[in-house]
Amino acid sequence: MSCCGTNPGYEELDEVSRLVSSRLAAFLKTLRDSGFAVGLAEGLDAAELMTAGYAAKPGLLRSAFKHLFSARKSDWEKFDGIFDAFWLGKRVRSRSMTTGSSRAANNPSLKTLADGQRSGGATAMDQVPSTDDAGADRADEGRMEGASRAENLAEVDFRKIADPVQIEEAHEAAARLARAMRTRLTRRDLARRRGCRLDLRRTIHGNISHGGVPIDLVRRQRKTKPLRLVMLLDASGSMSMYTGVFLRFIHGVLDQFREAEAFLFHTRLAHVSSAMKEKDAVRALDRLSILAQGAGGGTKIGESLQTFNRWHAARVIHSRTVVMIVSDGYETGDAALLGREMAALGRRCRRIVWLNPMMAWEGYAPEAAGIKAALPHVDLYAPANTLNSLTALEPYLAKL
Amino acid sequence: MKNRVEIAERLAASGYIADAELATAVSLMLMLKRPLLLEGEAGVGKTEVAKALASVHTTELIRLQCYEGLDQSAALYEWNYQRQLLSIQAHRGDDPDAVEDQIFSEKYLLERPLLAAIRRDKPPVLLIDEIDRADDEFEAFLLELLSDFQVSIPELGTVKATAIPHVVLTSNGTRELSDALRRRCLYHYVDYPDVDREARIIMARIDGAGASLALQIARMVEGIRKEELRKVPGVAETLDWAAALIGLDVRDLHDVPETVHETLMCLLKTHEDKSRVTREVSERLLGKVA
Repeated sequence: MSCCGTNPGYEELDEVSRLVSSRLAAFLKTLRDSGFAVGLAEGLDAAELMTAGYAAKPGLLRSAFKHLFSARKSDWEKFDGIFDAFWLGKRVRSRSMTTGSSRAANNPSLKTLADGQRSGGATAMDQVPSTDDAGADRADEGRMEGASRAENLAEVDFRKIADPVQIEEAHEAAARLARAMRTRLTRRDLARRRGCRLDLRRTIHGNISHGGVPIDLVRRQRKTKPLRLVMLLDASGSMSMYTGVFLRFIHGVLDQFREAEAFLFHTRLAHVSSAMKEKDAVRALDRLSILAQGAGGGTKIGESLQTFNRWHAARVIHSRTVVMIVSDGYETGDAALLGREMAALGRRCRRIVWLNPMMAWEGYAPEAAGIKAALPHVDLYAPANTLNSLTALEPYLAKL
Repeated sequence: MKNRVEIAERLAASGYIADAELATAVSLMLMLKRPLLLEGEAGVGKTEVAKALASVHTTELIRLQCYEGLDQSAALYEWNYQRQLLSIQAHRGDDPDAVEDQIFSEKYLLERPLLAAIRRDKPPVLLIDEIDRADDEFEAFLLELLSDFQVSIPELGTVKATAIPHVVLTSNGTRELSDALRRRCLYHYVDYPDVDREARIIMARIDGAGASLALQIARMVEGIRKEELRKVPGVAETLDWAAALIGLDVRDLHDVPETVHETLMCLLKTHEDKSRVTREVSERLLGKVA
């Protein structure tokens, strides 16, 4: 890293031993790898801090670097661990990991989910997907190449897409769709702006050249708040064949849509917006795999929603928010709690959209206690098992 | 001024009980000349940091409250149109160039907070409150101002900062801020204070609050924060409640459980929360307060 030592404006750097400045550069790299937005200016400031005597006390240096390098709460929380591991050689587990279970190996990691693995049969029970056949799938990669595959894919249920190349195509399509949706929604918002009231102050200003006679009128335009999407994705075992596609969809939405937040839940809720903001989709999913390690099996939708309502709702929900829940509604916790929390959520946001990929299955009826409790509070209950059904959401959202 | 201990002491003297990390942040602010971005839940005392900072530096606090639709004319400068028009009317028939020079002079310029902040002789504390409420465009504009500290006014020319203000930005996280702005700033996450610090805050702010009562209040508030509430009470609410209790001449919370429950309205601000913390709940919480 050339961020320290090459700038002629920082002669003091000579005082820092070569060793320290190269260690600092390595530290900056570690931070960048952990998702910190650290630039050249921060590196120089850090070097300045070290020469200014902060290097003598580790605790002080940590606190100073923490302020300098963190840019958001998630950075703030994991910084101490990274710092200790790097400078003090402590073996500290990354703070972004769940503190709950350490049986990570047995739990569905999102990486494996997103790699397009399909677990066993289409039984709807929660189960821990076996990670073995994911590798086997990849082995026969690269056989099928089709130019017009995308159109064919539009109507195919995601769980029936087996070929890895096709899975990749479906993921790409979902991401593209998300981006397109975002652009269209925003454009429609702009076109809807129409001035209705006179802006007196600007009218006078604009007509000073006419001696104050109001000839050119300036109107005040009401700016509509852009629609905000809050997505809650069920990442439990029973949803595993759909999680990959939806993650890519969410990644696509978050990528450019600033008014969007994403959460994952299975037995607990994880705020994944910042992890998903990684530009590279594969790396984003990598980071998610750490966040997504849940404790044991089952889906506690009610509890997850309770956490959401308590800790996140006030911040991420405003009057023009659509909450999109992607889940099969198989609640292993208390269904009554789910109903209560859905009601509370419904009071806060503009619309609740519940996407249930299983809805399009033959013979599926919303019989599970969870979905029964939730449905009265849902504004739109739709299937989302094909690319076309995802596309069909857009006109609905655009109308809001 | 670069000494952290001294900064912490001076913050305390101005009524702000800072944690050790905040003192570091303030000393870094002075050393690196970077703005400080404070995030945290509503009511944890983010705005108070700026006020305390102004009193530490014995300088002016210039506050810009952000809101949706905030634009340059409300944040930076605006011409005093009415006066300009009057002047044009009064000087009708004069040399037009002279009139123009006159109406676009300092006298007709209305200073808004951002311009005011860079034109002071002594560097003021510039508090940009709730930046997350402003629009993206304004944020981009602010970023430019915060890196150059100069403003160009087409009719008047470029105004360079006479002194670089100490800039404090606060955000409640209702909207994601841009990475560029975040990177430009030092970051500090303000959390709810722990019992000990909250007790010291109460003692520093409320006249007549004894150590034992302050500790009881802080413990009680900590217990309430752990309940399932829609709106978790902040430090300001704690202070209100402490003031209310002291105004009612309460010396020990255990003596007056009735009053404690009745004055909880200072802390609980929604009907739902009020009905959730029933008399039994408040007595249970009070029981835990040693």
